[in-house]
Amino acid sequence: MKTQTTFPAFAISSEIEDAANTRIAQYPNDQKRSAVLPLLHIVQHKFGFINREATEWVAQKLELEPMQVHEVVSFYPGFREHAPGKYHFRVCRTLSCAMAGSAELMDRICELTGIDRSNSDSHHNPIAVSPCGLWSVEFAECLASCGTGPVCLVNDDFHEDVAPEKAENLIGQYNN
Amino acid sequence: MSKISYLSGKEPDSCEHRMIFKNIDREGWDPSIACYLKDGGYEQLRKALKMNPADITNEVKISGLRGRGGAGFPTGVKWGFIPPNNTKPVYLICNCDESEPGTFKDRYIVHQDPHQLIEGMLISALAIGAHTAYIYMREEFPEAAILMEKAIEEAREKNFLGSDILGSGFDLEIFIHRGAAAYICGEETGLIESLEGKRPYPRIKPPYFPAALGLYMAPTIVNNVESICHVKHIIEMGGAEYAKLGTPRNTGTRILCVSGDVKKPGYYEVEVGKITMGELLNDVCGGPLDGRSFKACIPGGSSAKILRCDETFKIGNGENQKELGFYDIPMDFDTMAACGSMAGSGGVIVMDDSRKMSWVLNNINHFYAHESCGQCTPCREGSMWMRKISDRIVDGKATPEDIQTLEDVAYQIDGRTVCAFGEAASWPVEAMISKFRDELEAETSEDNEYLSPEAKRQLKNIS
Repeated sequence: MKTQTTFPAFAISSEIEDAANTRIAQYPNDQKRSAVLPLLHIVQHKFGFINREATEWVAQKLELEPMQVHEVVSFYPGFREHAPGKYHFRVCRTLSCAMAGSAELMDRICELTGIDRSNSDSHHNPIAVSPCGLWSVEFAECLASCGTGPVCLVNDDFHEDVAPEKAENLIGQYNN
Repeated sequence: MSKISYLSGKEPDSCEHRMIFKNIDREGWDPSIACYLKDGGYEQLRKALKMNPADITNEVKISGLRGRGGAGFPTGVKWGFIPPNNTKPVYLICNCDESEPGTFKDRYIVHQDPHQLIEGMLISALAIGAHTAYIYMREEFPEAAILMEKAIEEAREKNFLGSDILGSGFDLEIFIHRGAAAYICGEETGLIESLEGKRPYPRIKPPYFPAALGLYMAPTIVNNVESICHVKHIIEMGGAEYAKLGTPRNTGTRILCVSGDVKKPGYYEVEVGKITMGELLNDVCGGPLDGRSFKACIPGGSSAKILRCDETFKIGNGENQKELGFYDIPMDFDTMAACGSMAGSGGVIVMDDSRKMSWVLNNINHFYAHESCGQCTPCREGSMWMRKISDRIVDGKATPEDIQTLEDVAYQIDGRTVCAFGEAASWPVEAMISKFRDELEAETSEDNEYLSPEAKRQLKNIS
């Protein structure tokens, strides 16, 4: 990917080690593998996505083969192997939100941020990033707020009732 | 206790019976433990700690509580499946992977009333003898994961969690385990695999009934967030008193989540079966949007079979048989099943006459094609195939034969998979075709080519 990334390069710090050890302690001593998802979340939250180095670190930490970690990363839609933008929009695509106009919301967000989604598809390439690297979008499946659609997540912030005409305002909240 | 007031626009409807949602969108309410304690919080835990675990299970059995996650299985009976001579540790898992399209009740509990869930989990863990419990939280609730962790910390400080809880000798630790945006993790054995750090491929039952061979092959009880919250109220009221709520075999209250084409979508906590579809949609939700009329309704999450609003159903046998119009269906588990659908997770999605059913079906097919875990061939291939056919219908490129193929594919998934996802993906298609065949066929044309370009290319390679 050519887009500039806004995330730090993968590196282990004592802060990361401590967070990982706290998670590992949640599970029985002989069941360290359970901490695969929590550790991947720590990595993705800090570095934006999970690269090979990170996969190997998680594997070594949990005494697993790297493949056992990679098969998890590649399965779950919640894990990414490429950098998203600094602000990642996940727009709900599922029925109630679609009826409320989530496809139009997605189009509007792309229009305003200059994102080209023409090469995106839900299975293999769900994320599209803007040329400046600041923004990215993805369709999410049901975000469980069907009564207040269309809804979307921007990084960890949840937004309800985002009619397409409110897209500009929403993006404005992050444009700094 | 002072009168409860709610945020403006969030006041309960007069038909509601708020128990689980008593504190949701309540004025002056916050998710802190101080606020919960002021409201009589953790009193039921004190009561339960003095009870015999078997008596707690018994109260839940007497209450008739049925799981609120979708299947409607009696919670007390599920607890009773733990082998009596078990020597392994027992685990309690709270299923907070709420992801059935149309359902949005657990979201409010974990964001606004986390201690109600913790108290429910404490009582449940006491009943089944669990000392470790996990909340499997869907990844899309990042804020709730932080909130719940804070609530757990607060409860631990007050010794409601940890070791020797309130001097009773009972120990319990609750941990949050975040998922990663996979619908299949709502299936209990898939969830367990995910908690073990693997791909969430559901396990085959038998032998892998979680109550016997669950997390780490130890007895495990997986309950929905709402179900666990009900346990607290059952202890408060007593099982027999709780069973007076609702209707026989369909006891208690449940939260109905209404979305789609109604004037007032939202959550409504009602006594099970005490309200009909008509009362819910027309009175409580304010009816259809101006100038529109109701066309179809999915009554229990997107996996439930769609119902036409102009349908009548024959239910019961022999002398007891009666006809029931769509608007007269009571919102309970059994009548909804008798009408050929299911009450499921309580997610009611309503469509008015402006909606094309092919578009609705295609949206649902995209969901299941995306979420199939890929373990069983009929589901992995079939869900994708159904999506491709409905894409063609929506694009106006389908032939009448495609509708038949679509139906055939659905019936070949149904019943041929390890978990219930096969049914979840095929029922919407089966129901949509049986109820709206004319409308779907009207969008096809004999002039279209039956074979897609890619199928034609493949045929060339074969011959």
